[in-house]
Amino acid sequence: MTLFDQTTTPAATAPALHEVPKRDPRDRGGARQPLLIVRDLHKHFPIKGGLLNTTVATVKAVDGVSFAVGKGETLGVVGESGCGKSTLARLLMHLIPPDRGELIFDGDPVGQRQGLSLRDLRRNMQMVFQDSSSSLNPRMPIEDSVAYGPRVHGAPRHTARATARDLLDKVGLPAEMFAHRYPHELSGGQKQRVNIARALALEPRMLILDEAVSALDKSVEAQVLNLLRHLRTRLSLTYLFISHDLHVVQYISDRVLVMYLGEVVEIGPVDRIYSAARHPYTQALLASQLSTDPAERLTEAPIAGDPPNPIDPPSGCRFHTRCPFAEAVCTAQAPRLSAAEGPEAHGVACHMHDPGSGHSRHGDPPVTPLNAAPAPMPAKRAQGAAR
Amino acid sequence: MWIYALHRLLYAIPIALGVSVICFALVYLAPGDPVQSLIPADATEEDIAAIKRLYGFDKPLVFQYFDWLGRALTGDLGTSLQTNRPVLEDVTRAFANTLAIALIAVTLAFAVAFTLGTLAAYNVGRPIDRIATSISTVGVSVPNYWMGIVLVIVFAVNLRWLPATGMGATGSENFDWLDWDSLKYAVLPVVTMAMIPLGVVTRSTRSAVADILSQDFVQVLRAKGLSNTRILVHAVKNALPQILAVMGLQLGYLIGGSILIETVFTWPGTGLLMSKAILTRDIPLLQGTILFLALTFVLINLIVDLLQTLVDPRMSRA
Amino acid sequence: MPADATITTAQAGAPAGPARRGYWSSVAERLRHDPVTVFFLCVILLAAVAALLAPVLAPHDPYETSMLKRLKPVGFEEHPLGTDELGRDMLSRLLYGGRVSIMMGVLPVLLAVAIGGTLGVLAGFLGGLVNTAIMRVMDVFYAFPSVLLAVAISGTLGGGIASGLVALTLVFIPSLCRVAETATSQIRSVDFVEAARASGAPTHSIIRAHVIGNVLPPIFIYASSLVSVSILLSAGLSFLGLGVSPPVADWGAMLSSLRQAVYVQPLVCALPGIAIFVMSLSFNLVSDGLRHAMDVKA
Repeated sequence: MTLFDQTTTPAATAPALHEVPKRDPRDRGGARQPLLIVRDLHKHFPIKGGLLNTTVATVKAVDGVSFAVGKGETLGVVGESGCGKSTLARLLMHLIPPDRGELIFDGDPVGQRQGLSLRDLRRNMQMVFQDSSSSLNPRMPIEDSVAYGPRVHGAPRHTARATARDLLDKVGLPAEMFAHRYPHELSGGQKQRVNIARALALEPRMLILDEAVSALDKSVEAQVLNLLRHLRTRLSLTYLFISHDLHVVQYISDRVLVMYLGEVVEIGPVDRIYSAARHPYTQALLASQLSTDPAERLTEAPIAGDPPNPIDPPSGCRFHTRCPFAEAVCTAQAPRLSAAEGPEAHGVACHMHDPGSGHSRHGDPPVTPLNAAPAPMPAKRAQGAAR
Repeated sequence: MWIYALHRLLYAIPIALGVSVICFALVYLAPGDPVQSLIPADATEEDIAAIKRLYGFDKPLVFQYFDWLGRALTGDLGTSLQTNRPVLEDVTRAFANTLAIALIAVTLAFAVAFTLGTLAAYNVGRPIDRIATSISTVGVSVPNYWMGIVLVIVFAVNLRWLPATGMGATGSENFDWLDWDSLKYAVLPVVTMAMIPLGVVTRSTRSAVADILSQDFVQVLRAKGLSNTRILVHAVKNALPQILAVMGLQLGYLIGGSILIETVFTWPGTGLLMSKAILTRDIPLLQGTILFLALTFVLINLIVDLLQTLVDPRMSRA
Repeated sequence: MPADATITTAQAGAPAGPARRGYWSSVAERLRHDPVTVFFLCVILLAAVAALLAPVLAPHDPYETSMLKRLKPVGFEEHPLGTDELGRDMLSRLLYGGRVSIMMGVLPVLLAVAIGGTLGVLAGFLGGLVNTAIMRVMDVFYAFPSVLLAVAISGTLGGGIASGLVALTLVFIPSLCRVAETATSQIRSVDFVEAARASGAPTHSIIRAHVIGNVLPPIFIYASSLVSVSILLSAGLSFLGLGVSPPVADWGAMLSSLRQAVYVQPLVCALPGIAIFVMSLSFNLVSDGLRHAMDVKA
């Protein structure tokens, strides 16, 4: 059913979910047209201060991000906190206006005269927030929270209610039992199910999941992840899955995008990223994961220090301050992301992988991230990740 | 911190200007021709023309305002219609009297309320807490002008311990801090005035201290074996800046709101001045007093905020 | 199917029972178990009903003077609460006076909630320049002590019920506006409002569906504490001669006109003050009870 399913679904516990896909009547661009293309997205936040409240600095939260998400695909977005993941999600939803950049949804540019209006974009793309309790109105029964979207888009009251009840059933909260409850009467996992139902109420084609399972207990997290996988198949959804948890991203994603200080440093199919990461940052990130195998435990931190201040990011490659392989070229010049689009493309923004960069290590693949630590072995780790 | 202080200082300027606009507008709120409200009833045609020229009533409103503001800044708040004295003179003399009882009242209220509030916070739910809470509720609920009358009935009429009204036997209008003959006239006004701050400060002390006592670091202190008294001292120290800020505001409210109590006790302060000005429709005097009191309140707020910045390091980063 | 498994787990973790309560009914439930609040709520209701039914309940005409029966003590002949300085029946005057005094406690607060609350919600939700414009104007009004502002406005307007109403409403607007603004700007950045925006809802719909319901409780709690202040202030204005014009009865004005008679009939003179005190105390305690009852997450 999904575009790259055959190659990318982690083998572990995933059941056979494949059905013969029916062509989605909403599909305008055809199967090969990516559902969402993001080009050169920028968002800088001014920092006000001083005596006259002038702008004293800017935070480059998202700085020239480009990528594409294929239909039916799940793109995982990983990175340390503060790297701009959540800003990216809000920019895609236009909850905050981007400074610059282009969104193309199924071939239609967003927010332009001939393209998709903001309202249409929001009907097609919805978001699930991290904090399950603050993302539901405490004064509204959950049924009304789910029905609110359809009501706003003009559905009559009883239709919206029916949609809401149907969705609550779908996310595992039987409507006759739950519809009239208030958020405080639900557990964290149940609230997150309501959030998912609310996001699905407008029958979107794409969901942005911003740390959607991060606040949940591990056992509940697994249930919600399974629900998300199930819904993806059943409703032909496309996900942008943002998380700082590498195990979870590995479990649910088809492709993975790695962000560092507002920039994309690496993007590629999930098994390639987890088994043959090319950017030193990705390698360090993977190495810092906790392993379930004691023999693999790290004795030393694979990545030193905190991320640099995003207010004043380092010149050249933003990772050079923490990179064990940094050379003069890395300080002087920003590397470009190679081949970012296409389901199988493995793009990386690193001078070591750019033949023309002049980095001395160009062409010694594969780079071992740290001498002290054994190389991460994602094949084994998949066992731990796939609950 | 200095940046914050400077910010706060600069911010007081537009507020003070806004206050002056409202005071200026009051004359136009007064029913009837604003000229009529500014002149004595027996004024001649020439007087009226002179006043019109003086106040610039022939010019646009904005010009009138800036003229008025310019005069006010140089200390000219106009002339009282009743006494023909400069308003500023009357106001400053009265203000000294108001300030005297307000300061004593606020100190008295603070001493009692702080003790009560701390005791209550330390004994939450016990009888002493209930007593303190009741006192504070009564303090904020009681009409203090009525309370003043009751005190007069008890202490001046029945017991004859204290004088009922006025400021001195001979109708003097100068307060002497050290002379009991003068001071005894202030006792009842001060006690009456202290009621509201007593209620408010007891309440805020109780909640501030109780809040600190419930925090984690207090548990750590307890675990470290600190005695209860030491812990209380710790809590009180932490709550003090906040409570002092409440006190400062209360002082401002007392000074600005002294009209009722001063009317009851015929205490010759700014409140009584306003009361007289209202009765005689002496608009220049009323306007001048209001402007003076409002600016004093702005100033007190400013001082309280700045002091709080000094005392509480957390504030400076806000 | 894993989906089936997830459904059963979700059910298993759910608290049983279909009865669900909303916020306001749980507040009412908590209030019911608070005897102090219930008692003072009854006091307020009784006083309000008595004031409303004054024409029926009053034993005498509140304006009927009698030179012979001036300043009679409590329990004198057919005057259960005595007579005032013009020989008018105190009980009747207190009942009629309650109409003005209670109304002046509630009405300015209601008006201020409508005006200040709306301004505050707009300022809080729209932010930016609208916020700055509204809140800076409020700051200026906030820079006056409340008694001073009330006296200033009412005094220059020349007194009377209408000017008192205007003055008190203006006194309460800034603080209510601040409470509403703070509550709204907190709500504005909460995820469920973001989610509503993400669903493409227009601003007015978000304010109606998601903001009002969540900012109303703090506004309501604060407003309830202002009623007591309003009663004290309006009676104070009356006491200064800025309230109703004689011979209309009003507690503050009665207190003021009886002041000269404290030497003759202290108890009778104290009665209007007691009425003001009881009402202000009741509203204060009910407001405290409401604060406790409404301080629930749900």
